Amino acid sequence: MKWMKHKLLGFSILLMTLVLVGCGEAVAEVDIGTRIQTEETPVLTWGVKADTNLFGFYNIQSSKIEGFDIDIASALTDEMTNGNGIADFVEVTSKTRIPLLKTGKIDGILATMTITEEREKQVDFSDVYFNGGQSLLVPEDSEINSIEDLTEEHTVLAIKGSSSTQNMRELSPQVEVLDLENYSEGFVALQSGQGHALTTDDAILLGMIDQNPNYRLAGQSFTEEPYGIAINKGQDFFHEQLEAALDTIQGNGVYDEIYEKWFGEILPAGAPGSPSTSTTGAAEPALDESGDE
Amino acid sequence: MSELLQQYWPLFIDGALHTILSSVIALVLSLLIGTIMGITQVSTNKWLRGFANVYVEFFRNIPLLVIVMFFYVAIPMYLFNISGFWAGTIGLTIYTSSFIADNVRAGIETVPKGQMEAGLSQGLKRSNIMRHIILPQVFRIVIPPLGNQFINLVKNSSILAMVAGLDLMYFGDFVAMETFNTFDTYLLVGGMYLAITLPLTYAIKKLELKLGIHDN
Repeated sequence: MKWMKHKLLGFSILLMTLVLVGCGEAVAEVDIGTRIQTEETPVLTWGVKADTNLFGFYNIQSSKIEGFDIDIASALTDEMTNGNGIADFVEVTSKTRIPLLKTGKIDGILATMTITEEREKQVDFSDVYFNGGQSLLVPEDSEINSIEDLTEEHTVLAIKGSSSTQNMRELSPQVEVLDLENYSEGFVALQSGQGHALTTDDAILLGMIDQNPNYRLAGQSFTEEPYGIAINKGQDFFHEQLEAALDTIQGNGVYDEIYEKWFGEILPAGAPGSPSTSTTGAAEPALDESGDE
Repeated sequence: MSELLQQYWPLFIDGALHTILSSVIALVLSLLIGTIMGITQVSTNKWLRGFANVYVEFFRNIPLLVIVMFFYVAIPMYLFNISGFWAGTIGLTIYTSSFIADNVRAGIETVPKGQMEAGLSQGLKRSNIMRHIILPQVFRIVIPPLGNQFINLVKNSSILAMVAGLDLMYFGDFVAMETFNTFDTYLLVGGMYLAITLPLTYAIKKLELKLGIHDN
């Protein structure tokens, strides 16, 4: 009976390896663009944040995720499918979004995702749909007024897998950077004094200040964070459709309406976060073509 | 995968050391607290017994993450500063001790009541009977379930990653994010946990054999 036990063990290990390898490779192979055109009611699954006020935030009363990213995703879905499609939303974090996209669990990422060179090796990005900039959130009575005030005495909290945590390590190598799971945990950690500042994009931080007025931004933003919509590589037709849809909603006023709805009061015109398209009203689809800085 | 290891080995080593340190501290403390609580659960004093029961049932039945988050967030907010590593280790200790207490209590209850009665009739004190007659037997009985708790403890220490506790899982997350090579990174991290838990399993097996637990 002993040999059988060994065989069984070997077999289960082999099976497990196969399953694991399968998981690693399984990228959605059907072009989503084709799927949209052939299916009667195509469902587009978007990965969105659920803990980021103003961009993607779970509203307990309506039990729905709401925010700028969600409205943009819905508008894009409508545009691409002529109103026949359904936009489905899956909650992601900075940590989970790329793996989820690569395994085909979601069709696109609309989750405050900065276009970076490193990420462009992994995924394809649309044109910029929002211009963020990284900043520091500190308590009202903090002595930190800009990134230059940070010394090795300070601990800065950041979010796992975000571009802001990498920027922070590069710009202020002397500072201790601790990564937390998501924005809400990061903010709670800041509240309980686990760090002196929380760093991420200013529009997200402004959303936190909106809910917790005892906090402020420490000076101007110190990076440019152009947000893009990420899709899998090899989805060329889908990419074209997405790009066209983004152009359309930025041209026909739908984008401006959504922008006004979420940021009208919080980001005054000319503030670091407001993209060029919104102040001019319509026209000019995504001015910055080079979305890789 | 070897490239990952080559490039990031200092992080993985640092993480593994934190995981081992946290596990060892939590293991020793939870064994101590767990044993005391287990004995207290069968105490003749109503109040002590009640306290131990509440402790065990409370911490055994809430998620580990809640306990750890409490120490990471609430304690620094109202009392004193505590790092993610220590918040995680304390949470781990409390959580595991409640399971160990239950194992110890169950172990004590498997020893026939007659032994305690026999001891009492000989004029021995309860505490002496416990220490010299019952606990040595309990020790043998609870080794296998305790082994399970220890292995669980090592794996549960990955909770430190949630509170920036600088453990293996935390750096695993970090490397996965930096390289985008999620799959290989976690495979590697899984392998490193195995490298910690397998020798532990082996040591427990050895101990079981040495104590002749499987003989009867």
